[in-house]
Order: sequence, then C-alpha cells, then structure tokens
Amino acid sequence: MKASHAPVSRGAVTLLIGTRKGAFTLKSDQARRTWKVSPPMFLGHIIHHVVADPRDRRTVLMAASTGHLGPTIFRSTNAGKSWTEVPAPPAFAKVPESEKGRAVNHTFWLTPCHANEPNAWYAGTSPQGLFRSDDGGATWKPFSYINDDPQYREWMGSVQDGTPDGPKLHSIIVDPRDPRHLYFAMSGGGVHESVDGGKTFSTLVKGLDVVEGFDPTTVTFHDPHCVRLSPSNPDRLYQQNHCGIYRLDRPSNTWVRIGKNMPKKVGDVGFPMVVHPHNADTAWVFPMDAATVWPRVSPDGKPAAYVTKNAGKSWTRQDKGFPRPNAWWTVKRQAMTNDRHEAVGLYVGTTQGEIWASRNEGTTWTCIARHLPEIYSVEAATFGR
Amino acid sequence: MTIHIPSALRSYTAQQSEAPVNGATLAEALAALDHRFPGIRFRIVTEQDTIRPHIRIFVNDVQFQDLSAPLSKADTVYIVCALSGG
Repeated sequence: MKASHAPVSRGAVTLLIGTRKGAFTLKSDQARRTWKVSPPMFLGHIIHHVVADPRDRRTVLMAASTGHLGPTIFRSTNAGKSWTEVPAPPAFAKVPESEKGRAVNHTFWLTPCHANEPNAWYAGTSPQGLFRSDDGGATWKPFSYINDDPQYREWMGSVQDGTPDGPKLHSIIVDPRDPRHLYFAMSGGGVHESVDGGKTFSTLVKGLDVVEGFDPTTVTFHDPHCVRLSPSNPDRLYQQNHCGIYRLDRPSNTWVRIGKNMPKKVGDVGFPMVVHPHNADTAWVFPMDAATVWPRVSPDGKPAAYVTKNAGKSWTRQDKGFPRPNAWWTVKRQAMTNDRHEAVGLYVGTTQGEIWASRNEGTTWTCIARHLPEIYSVEAATFGR
Repeated sequence: MTIHIPSALRSYTAQQSEAPVNGATLAEALAALDHRFPGIRFRIVTEQDTIRPHIRIFVNDVQFQDLSAPLSKADTVYIVCALSGG
C-alpha cells in the first residue's frame, strides 16, 4: 500500500453537521462509542456545509443562508467555540446594468486548499461558481475564468437544468501532491480538471453515461453527484453520478462504470461517495431508488451502504444495525463521510435527521443522534494538536 | 432618515430595531447602513444591486424595488422579510 496523504488519526472525533435548520456538532469519546450532540448553532439558518481546516486543526468555515436573507459564511478560529460572520462572502462580479448578472444563492461546498497554501480555501456555489479565499475564509473572490466564460456558462445551463435546490458547483478537489492540480464538478455541467492552478480547465467526462436519449458528448448533460480522490493513491478518483458509479485511474481520462457490478435490484444511483483514507481499493456508496419518478429513498425502504474492496469489481451490502423495513431515507451528497482512524469510522446523515455511525468500516451501524432537522452535510474533524 | 431593522438582521445591529442613517437615495442609505454594520447590505441586496427575492423594502408605506428611490430626512425605511416557506 502506498503512503496515504491522510495520516491515521486516533481518539475523539467531532462531526460537523449542516442541516436545513442550523448546525450541530456531535462529539465522541476516545473510543467513538458514546456521542454528545451540541445545542443548535445558527438555528433557522440553512447550513449547507461545515468544514474544519486540517492544516491548523482549529479553523472552521460554515456556509449559511436563510429563507429570506442572502448567503454568508461564518468562521471560527477556535474549533467552533465562537463564530464571526466573514466580511466578504463569495459573490459574482457585478455586470453592467444592461446585462443580466448572476447572484450567489448559497455557498454549497467548501474545500481547504493544499497543505502548502495555509489559509487558502476554495468554495463552490449555487448557481455554479468557483471562488477562492487567501485569508482563511474572511474574503472571497471569483477564481479562475469559468464563472463568466461563455462556454462554461453554456455548460452550466439554466436554473431549470440543475438540482431542485439549485444548480451547484461541488467536489472541489486539490491534488495533495500539487496545489496546481485541481478538479471540480457541476450538477449539471460535468467534471473538470486543471493542471495549471486554474489558468485553464479541461473537461473530464469521457466514459460517463448521461440520461438515455441524450448526447454524452454534450457536457451540460452530465450530472456528477459526488467525486472523491483516494488519499492513499491520488491518481485514483471515484464518482457517484446521476447515471452510475465510476472509477478513474490517471493518467487515463476515461471513467469506468464500476456500478454495473452492483445488484440489479438496487442499482448504482445515489448521492454520496466515500473512499477509504488508507486503501484506494475500498470505497462506499449509499444507493437510492432511481426507478420511475426517482423517489430518491432507500431502495425498498431498506437502507444499506455498499462497499467495494477491489476497486469496484464487486460490492457487498452493509446493513447490519439499520432498520430493515419502512425506512425511507435519502442521504445527500455531502451527508456521508469517514474519519481517518485505523478502523475507519463511517458516518451517514439522513433527510429524517438521524446520524448513523459505524466504527468498523460499515460492518455494523448504530444510530448516534436522531430528531435533528433534515441533514445536508456531515464532516469528520479532529481538533487540537 | 430611520431604517427599521427586522429581527432576522438584528444580529448585525446589536439587536437595535432602528438605525438612523443619511442618504439621498435608498442605495446611499443602505451603503451607510453597511458602513455602520458591515455585511448587512449583502444579506438584503445581491451583488447585482437587486433586492433579494424574499426581501421587501418600504419607504414609509410605499414599496420600492429599485435602489435609486429618492429619500428625504423625514422618511422611515422598512426592511421586511417576506414569506419564504417552512
């Protein structure tokens, strides 16, 4: 096994949870057996993503909006004990009055930049926009040329081409070996790669299917739900797409549909994708029902993760501990994550406000919080030195 | 003039419900408000200088959708959070 760019962590884990009605934390004991949920933070705000900075292990950014007000970013420099609102959240460039400009509805995705770029972050927004901060998330500027590029604007499509909650730029990935090597994805609008720090981007959609009857060479038809890079092998990417599960081994630029090996009754559609931090052959998905009118719930009302331990050649169902009948969940694309312990912990947040955890890489699952608002995102963090 | 601050925005104003500001137009008044309470304007107005979809602004009892609306010293500006779902 190659040395992982995500070193093994130990001890207590903090889950950072974004919900439709506020943010919460869940803190474990050293053994990850007992968990304590926090009071709500920013109750009533729509919290899209809460991400800790692994470089200083104390800064946390929170992407927020409300039903009425414009979007904002809250920032903590003491591991979430206190928060301030940043002075300049992501916003598109102002256009002349004769043109129709775009306005950020909400920041959807946050990614810390490379380890060699302390205080730098990327953000993806709805509608699709790519932004960067170089001061720890306090002020943000449009990044690269894509926000206003005619070709990219065509690929982004209109609001009607995106998800029901608005089209999104997500899955911003920084190669841990090279800060200039970037990936991002758009729902809709495909997967894109830069090898020159964002000066140029190229499309990365070869091999991906699109909805039947549409042309896969048209980038705007591509709907990647979640793209993840393998920390132990940054040349390997996994993707949960609207049309299947894929793997990409660089330098190839052709995705391979590994979801064809999932059970036919379950299918290979879902939102989240999780990769083992120390083993690039192991990855998890959480399938949903994509039949007929797309219920987007657990197939047959029986929630289960599926794991591959051979890079997608085969998949194993992991449902021990989950309710068997009548559990009609949806797990959104940011609501399944992992910690970096030797026995990797997995965490799933549901649209019904439950958090489920596994301390043994998905073999058994336990509900560690319930009755929270609809969960949008879950991230695992380790604070302190 | 006076700007009436809705409860959703009073985290910016130390819970003050009203703020006196100067300005000959709605745009100037909101700029003055933001100068005093940094960040508040972007929650009300987009980067394209349009009032956000679920925000309404009244000057006295007349609704305005354009930031060029003229103001006088005696006016009261009401920022209202309109219905936006459950």
